[in-house]
Amino acid sequence: MTTLALNRQPSAAWLGTLTRSREFSVFLALAILVTATVAANPRFLSAQSTKDLLLNSSILVILAVGQAIVIVTKNVDLSVGSVLGLTAFATGKIFIALPDLPVIAMLAIGIGLGALLGAVNGALIAVAKVPSLVVTLGTLYIFRGVDFAWAQGQQINPSNLPESFLALGSGAVLGLPYLALIALAVVIAFGLYLRNYRSGREFYAIGSDVLAARLYGIGVGRKVFTAFAISGALAGLAGVIYAAKYGNLDATAGQGLELNVVAAAVVGGVAIAGGVGTVYGAAIGAVLLTTITSALPVLGVSPFWQRAMIGALILASIALDRYLALRTERRLRGHDKHAG
Amino acid sequence: MLAETTRPAAVRDTAPRLGFLRSWDTAIIIAVLLSIAVASATVTGFASPRNTGFLLIDLIPILLLALPMTLIILTGEIDLSVASVAGFVSCVFGSLWGAGLSLELIIPLCIVLGAVSGAVNGVLVSVLGLPSLAVTIGTLALYRGLAFVVLGDQAVTSFPRAITSGLQAKIGASGIPVWIIPVVILAIIFGVVLHFTGFGRSLSAIGYSEEAARFAGIRVAQTKFWLFIISGAVAALVGIWWTLRYGSARGDNATGLELSVIAAVLLGGVSIFGGKGNLPGVIAGVVLLGILRNALQLARVPEDTLSMLTGGLLILAVVAPNAIAWSRTLSRRSSTP
Repeated sequence: MTTLALNRQPSAAWLGTLTRSREFSVFLALAILVTATVAANPRFLSAQSTKDLLLNSSILVILAVGQAIVIVTKNVDLSVGSVLGLTAFATGKIFIALPDLPVIAMLAIGIGLGALLGAVNGALIAVAKVPSLVVTLGTLYIFRGVDFAWAQGQQINPSNLPESFLALGSGAVLGLPYLALIALAVVIAFGLYLRNYRSGREFYAIGSDVLAARLYGIGVGRKVFTAFAISGALAGLAGVIYAAKYGNLDATAGQGLELNVVAAAVVGGVAIAGGVGTVYGAAIGAVLLTTITSALPVLGVSPFWQRAMIGALILASIALDRYLALRTERRLRGHDKHAG
Repeated sequence: MLAETTRPAAVRDTAPRLGFLRSWDTAIIIAVLLSIAVASATVTGFASPRNTGFLLIDLIPILLLALPMTLIILTGEIDLSVASVAGFVSCVFGSLWGAGLSLELIIPLCIVLGAVSGAVNGVLVSVLGLPSLAVTIGTLALYRGLAFVVLGDQAVTSFPRAITSGLQAKIGASGIPVWIIPVVILAIIFGVVLHFTGFGRSLSAIGYSEEAARFAGIRVAQTKFWLFIISGAVAALVGIWWTLRYGSARGDNATGLELSVIAAVLLGGVSIFGGKGNLPGVIAGVVLLGILRNALQLARVPEDTLSMLTGGLLILAVVAPNAIAWSRTLSRRSSTP
């Protein structure tokens, strides 16, 4: 899809490309949802609740970026919720042991720990040649089990965490929460990397056609390993952020989150069949999902509908992707006939 | 990957392939016997009729779900939504019971509901041609969500004691639960269909090469569609069983059960890539998993830590065949330079 778009673009057709893009249609859905909710309750877009919305989205956005990279290579990472939980708890434990640790060092530790857990996934998938679904379903429970065994039912409270660290979770500059800025930085960094760098494009090559990628000389195993390490590292970052935002930590942090993350990426146009999609789309998908969650009560819908709606969104998105792919294929066949 | 390395061996002759399966089955059966021996010797209370009853009764839901899951994985697909279907059916069961309907009416309705839930998966996979992994991740969330829509955070627990304790009935003093009998009969039916009918063999053919199966005249889409319906219907049975066994219909019933089911099936020697596997192996896998869980529970290992074991076995089950194949190629290379 990406290569097609590049070929078919004359100079000034960018507007058409923009409106046809998946990112745009998800953004439109988000805009419609926000408009409808504001119409029902104008306070939905007040400064405070906008800030809450951004705060709540940031964790899911960061996770969705990692998931997008993994799904682009035609894999899936179901363990992100458990990686988040484990790093969040580790953050609390480390701060109890070393209360004077600078926040930036804690972020680095979280990213490192997450990358290590992601590398376990990546090694099993790339070296042992085992499908990612099975491996990450397994590590979902293993990492969570480690978390439970470590926590032994104890809980970490905000009073155990340093002030400066909690400020990271709630503070803002110019009305923009720190967490949202971190999420934005992650999105832009990986967006540029995937789009403009050779090693970023290689993820797409693997997802589109693994045999062609191998023939072309791409180290497929190493690349898939990297994708999982990145996903783990971002889940680790999200874990530290989770700790800063909530302060109350036990072994259940992030449980079941993997479904929302996969949903965000898929809704944002990252095709589960691999090779298609951007981290921008995944990020907008994550914001859309978070907005749905906070809009439901405003619109008078029981919050119990939330998970069912996420499921329905996943199904609708993959069905839509399939339809669009078939239509493109048919149109290309039509063109061939005209040419021949 | 696995398919690539094992395909030549299978094409050459069926004998080596069967030999490989036998050796994996043998390994699992030895593991079962070994775990029984070790658990009996080291865990107090393991080898009692009372505990045998608990062990077998806890096997029922996983064994039931493993039957259709085996068929689905053999065709190269997967159904991650089974536990959510069971939870959804459990909640509908509870709310219909709360509304005063009779069991004779509720049970068929629930089975139909399960079959319809499975049919949704089936349509999306076989008619629209969507990957079953993505579809059933979606319906995993959808059906679990619908379970909470039906009952919210409430629970229905007003089931008569006569029924809920009747499910625990044992055959005489043997400790063997009565209700394991219909489950065993169902397992035999699945085994006969899988191994002794054309339909059963066509499943492995589909998993081995969908295109070849289509050329051989197998209706691939139709077959998959029916497998998902069967999977949904069996998941409904598990939902009903779960509700009555624990005397409670709740939104989170059977959460995460798909992990144990898939772990047991893969542990039983079914290839995640489809095409290879047999039902006796799967049953051995279910029993092995059940024994290990039961023994560790008796040894007071907490439930949350136990899921670590299931996850570990799941990964082991997929890594081990590759490791074996890899070491064989290595030894072959060194013996014939």
